[in-house]
Amino acid sequence: MHELAVCQAMLEQVAGIAAREQASEVTRIIVRIGPLSGVVPELLEQAFTIARSGTIANQAELITEATGIRVRCSQCGAETDAGITRMICGKCGDYRTQLLSGDELLLASVELNRAEQAVE
Amino acid sequence: MCDTCGCNVTQGNRHLIEAGGKHEHTHDGKVAVEVLENLLSENDHQAGHNRQHFGNHGVLAVNLMSSPGSGKTSLLEATIDALNQEFRIAVIVGDLETENDAERIRSKGISAVQITTGTACHLDAHMVHSALHQLNLDDLDIVFVENVGNLVCPASFDLGQHLNVTLLSVTEGDDKPAKYPVIFRAADAILISKSDLLPYLDDFKPERAEQAIRHLASEAPVLNLSARNSSTLDNWLTWLRKAFTIQDARRAAGETTKPKIQPEGEKLHAHG
Repeated sequence: MHELAVCQAMLEQVAGIAAREQASEVTRIIVRIGPLSGVVPELLEQAFTIARSGTIANQAELITEATGIRVRCSQCGAETDAGITRMICGKCGDYRTQLLSGDELLLASVELNRAEQAVE
Repeated sequence: MCDTCGCNVTQGNRHLIEAGGKHEHTHDGKVAVEVLENLLSENDHQAGHNRQHFGNHGVLAVNLMSSPGSGKTSLLEATIDALNQEFRIAVIVGDLETENDAERIRSKGISAVQITTGTACHLDAHMVHSALHQLNLDDLDIVFVENVGNLVCPASFDLGQHLNVTLLSVTEGDDKPAKYPVIFRAADAILISKSDLLPYLDDFKPERAEQAIRHLASEAPVLNLSARNSSTLDNWLTWLRKAFTIQDARRAAGETTKPKIQPEGEKLHAHG
């Protein structure tokens, strides 16, 4: 439901990066989204087609990458894959686990053309 | 999560950016700038500012999240009645429309700022910052933020609070934590509200709700209470008093806390 707001925040960051890198255009944006982030990749992609209009990322492609959920058990020490509603230790079944990955919401990479490169 | 120290790179995703990884190279002479910034960094920046503002004034900020109608405002009314002599309390209320909830709080003689979000499904740090301009934090000990009733979006936005509390009313079903895991995982305490209705609801078992919460790897306390029965509020009031004492000690030591950061995360976020 809030993916458009997230997308606008992302594009503001991308615009800042593009300005810092003296880019003439942004061609590709890669974001990394964990299942526990509260953001739905498909909805973010839909929002992106609307939100990119009139920005330096107007022609950009958005790639969303899903990360998996991994937990470390604070009792037996095992690191195992987990599910969104089953985050207990995959080995001993204890619920006292720490999240290793799965809640990421990251702007991982921005691909751009630099103005001076276009001249060269 | 953190924008600056690199801890967003986890063991689960590190291979993607290491040598030979999927994102090490780009194509056609284009420049790939690895950023690893949090998409919500503007919000998080403002949230950090809000948290500092609360901290500087010795105020504990608690964010209440739940479905619409699970009893957040009733809980606040009962809490204010119980603690009014002990703490100076104010409330920031988020709803899509109306001043109704703020008026209920104000009728207790308490400052309440209503944020009407229009169509937005959650509060964000900028909205809370605007509301803070209408409160004198020097005169306060605890600020409750009553988030928009919604079990999805509020969990994704840091407001600058110290602690999250998620309510689950017994009329909603004991599998809500399994259905809406993100918001229950984000909670520092979970309140099973309207417990006075349990005798009439044979399909809600508090122990099943707690089991679903533990399956989310949450160690948060699960407290049963009813805002209509003040004798059930003791555990909640004790939790709140303790939270205030802990925050006060943290502040004295020049530290602060974010909601629900697991012990390892806390180490990584020592600067935050």
